Amino acid sequence: MKLMEYQGKELFRRVGIPTPNGVFATTADDVRTYIAAHPGSWVLKSQVLMGGRGKAGGIKFADDAQQGETLARELIGKTLKSVQNPAGEQVKSLLVEEKVDIASEAYVSIAIDRAARKPVVLVTAQGGMDVEEVAEHDPDAIKKYWIDPASGYSPFIGRLLAFAAKLPDGYRKAFPSILGALYTLFMDYGANLVEINPLVLTKDGRVIASDAKVDLDDNGLYKHPDIAAWNKAAPADEDQAAAVAIGLGMSNYAKLDGTIGVIANGAGLGMGTMDAIRNAGGAAANFLDIGGGAQAELVKKSYNLVTSDPKVKAMFINIFGGITRGDQVAKGIVEALAGDDVRKVPLVVRLTGTNAEEGRAILDRAGFVPVETMDEGAARAVALANGSN
Amino acid sequence: MSIFLDKNSKVIVQGITGREGGFHTQRMLAYGTKIVGGVTPGKGGTRIESGQPVFDTVKDAVEATGATHSIIFVPPFAGADALWEAHDAGIKLAVCITEGIPAHDMLRVVNTTAGMRIIGGNCPGIISPGKSLVGIMPAHVFKEGNVGMISRSGTLTYEIVDGLTRAGFGQSTCVGIGGDPIIGTTFVDCLRAFAGDPETTAIVVAGEIGGSDEEDAAAFIKDHIADKPVVAFIGGRSAPEGKRLGHAGAIISGNTGTPESKVKAFGAAGVPVADRPSEIPRLLAERLKLVPA
Repeated sequence: MKLMEYQGKELFRRVGIPTPNGVFATTADDVRTYIAAHPGSWVLKSQVLMGGRGKAGGIKFADDAQQGETLARELIGKTLKSVQNPAGEQVKSLLVEEKVDIASEAYVSIAIDRAARKPVVLVTAQGGMDVEEVAEHDPDAIKKYWIDPASGYSPFIGRLLAFAAKLPDGYRKAFPSILGALYTLFMDYGANLVEINPLVLTKDGRVIASDAKVDLDDNGLYKHPDIAAWNKAAPADEDQAAAVAIGLGMSNYAKLDGTIGVIANGAGLGMGTMDAIRNAGGAAANFLDIGGGAQAELVKKSYNLVTSDPKVKAMFINIFGGITRGDQVAKGIVEALAGDDVRKVPLVVRLTGTNAEEGRAILDRAGFVPVETMDEGAARAVALANGSN
Repeated sequence: MSIFLDKNSKVIVQGITGREGGFHTQRMLAYGTKIVGGVTPGKGGTRIESGQPVFDTVKDAVEATGATHSIIFVPPFAGADALWEAHDAGIKLAVCITEGIPAHDMLRVVNTTAGMRIIGGNCPGIISPGKSLVGIMPAHVFKEGNVGMISRSGTLTYEIVDGLTRAGFGQSTCVGIGGDPIIGTTFVDCLRAFAGDPETTAIVVAGEIGGSDEEDAAAFIKDHIADKPVVAFIGGRSAPEGKRLGHAGAIISGNTGTPESKVKAFGAAGVPVADRPSEIPRLLAERLKLVPA
C-alpha cells in the first residue's frame, strides 16, 4: 500500500522524524482560512501517488490567503500528467506547508533487498532529484549499508553513512537519530520502502523531511488497522479496491490496456496467460487470479468485474485443474454465466488436469468454446476479440 | 536420487487438524510420503482418522518421531512463529505453504534460522516423483525421471510439468520456491543441489518478472553448471511496470525485475528462454542432443 505524502508524514511524526509545519486540506476554503491565520510563505503540494508531480505543475507557492485560495482552486480537481504517468492522476487534496530556506538537500531511504534478504539503507548528498538518475551518473555518490535485522539499528550506522556520503556538517548531529527513527518506522510498520527525498538542511540549521514516500507491505497491514482504514476511506488503487470488494486478494486483479479479459487459477498461470495472449498477437485487458478451488459465485463475480471494463471484447478463462476437478469448474462457469445480469462477451475456456474431458463436454453443450491448450485458447480469444470466428 | 527429499524423509504437518492441513495430509499419505505425525496445540495425544499421532508442540513431535521435515499450514499471522518453532525443534527442512506472511516477518525468520532449509512461503512445496510429496501439487501430472524443475509459481509449474511428462521427460525433484519477495530457498540454492545430484541430467527454471533471482540463477549456471542443459521460462513478460500481479514478488520497479534483464542474463549463460511453456520440452530435447552421451 503506497501512502500519500501527508500520510507518510503522519507516520514520520509518530516515530519522531521532523517534518515542516503545515496542514492537510481538501478545499480551497481550508487553504485560505489556514494561511489567513498563519501569515507567511506557503507551498501547496498536490497529494498524488504518481512520480514527477513537480514537473506536472502540482506544486505552487502562495504568499497570502487570497493567492492560496486561487491556486488551491486551480489544483484541486486537476488531473496531473507526467512522463511516468501519462494517464494522469486527479488531485483530491493538498498539503500546505511552510516554505523553508534550503541550505542543502540529501536523500535517504530504506528498502528490502530481496537478494541480500536484509534491509538496505541508501544515502546520498545529492538529494532533491531522482535517485535513479544519481545512480546512473554518479553511482559512487550513493552509499549503502545492509542492516542485520537480528541486531537492528545503532547510531554508528548513521554516522558511518553521513561521513561516507559526505553530508554537509549541518546534518551530522541530527542524521543518526533521524535514520534510527526511519528504521523504526520501516520495521514496525512493515514497509517495502521508506524514502525521504529531500531531507533538507535549512539555512537556520534544522534538518527536516521535506517529502515522504512510504510503501507498506499489504500482507502486514492487518497489524495496523488504523492505516488499513486510510486505504478503505480513500482507496489509492481502484483495482485493489475492486478485487477486495468481490472477495479476492488485494493484488489478484489488475487492469491492463488490452481487449481480452483473463481469468486464471494461480498468479503464475495468470501471467503466463497474459503472455500467451501477447504471443498470439493480442493484449490482455487485465490480470485476474481467482485462486485455488474456483467457486461458482466467485467465477461469476470475477467475470462481471472483468467485463465491467468496456474495453473487454472477449474472455479467456484458463484453468489448470489440480485438486480442483474440471467438471466442477465447468459447471460453475455454466451456472454463473447463465443469468441475464451478466454482460456476454465471446468466451474461450481452457480446462485441463483432473476431469478435464468431462468439463469440456459440459462447456461444449452450453455453447462455450472449450480448448485443450493455453496457446490454442489464446489464439481463439484473440481471433474472437478481433471479430472473427 | 533427488534433492532435499527422498522416500525415507520423515515428515510432520504443522496444522494437521486444520482444513487445508488435514486434506493435504491425506493426499501426501496417498502418494507415499512418510507422514509420521502432526502438530496442533491443544490436541496433543490424539490421532487423526488415518492413525497419525498429533502433538502439542513441534518439539514433542520431533522427539517422538525423529521427523526431519515439516510442512506448514497455518494462517499468515502465525507463519513466522511456526517456522521459528520448527527451527527450535531441530527440523532440517520446512516447507511453508502459507500465503500472505508479512515480508518483514520473513525477513526476520530467514536471518535467524541458520541450519534449517525453508522452502517458501507462498509456495506449492516440493515433490520427488515416485518417492515423496511434501506439498500441495497435483501428483498425477508428475512422473519419475531426470529433469530437475524449479519454479516461483504453482499452477504454472503444473502447466510446464504436464508438458514435460507428456513429452516423456520425467522429473527428479520439482521445487516450488514461492512467489513472495523474501523466501527461504532461492533458485541458486536449488541449482547448487541439482548440480550435485547424479540423477538430475537437465534442469528447467521457471522464473517470473520482479527481483533478481533469475539473474543470480543465470550467473550461477554460467559459472557452475557445464554438464547439465538448462532451459528457462519467464512468466509475466507482457506485464507493465509497477503493477503487482498476484505474487507479491512479481513486480517490475524501475530497472529491476524486467524481463529484458532476465532474458539477457540467461542468454549470457547459454540458457535458452522459451517464449511459451509449450516450447520447453522441444528446447530441452534440442539441448540434450548437444550433450555427448
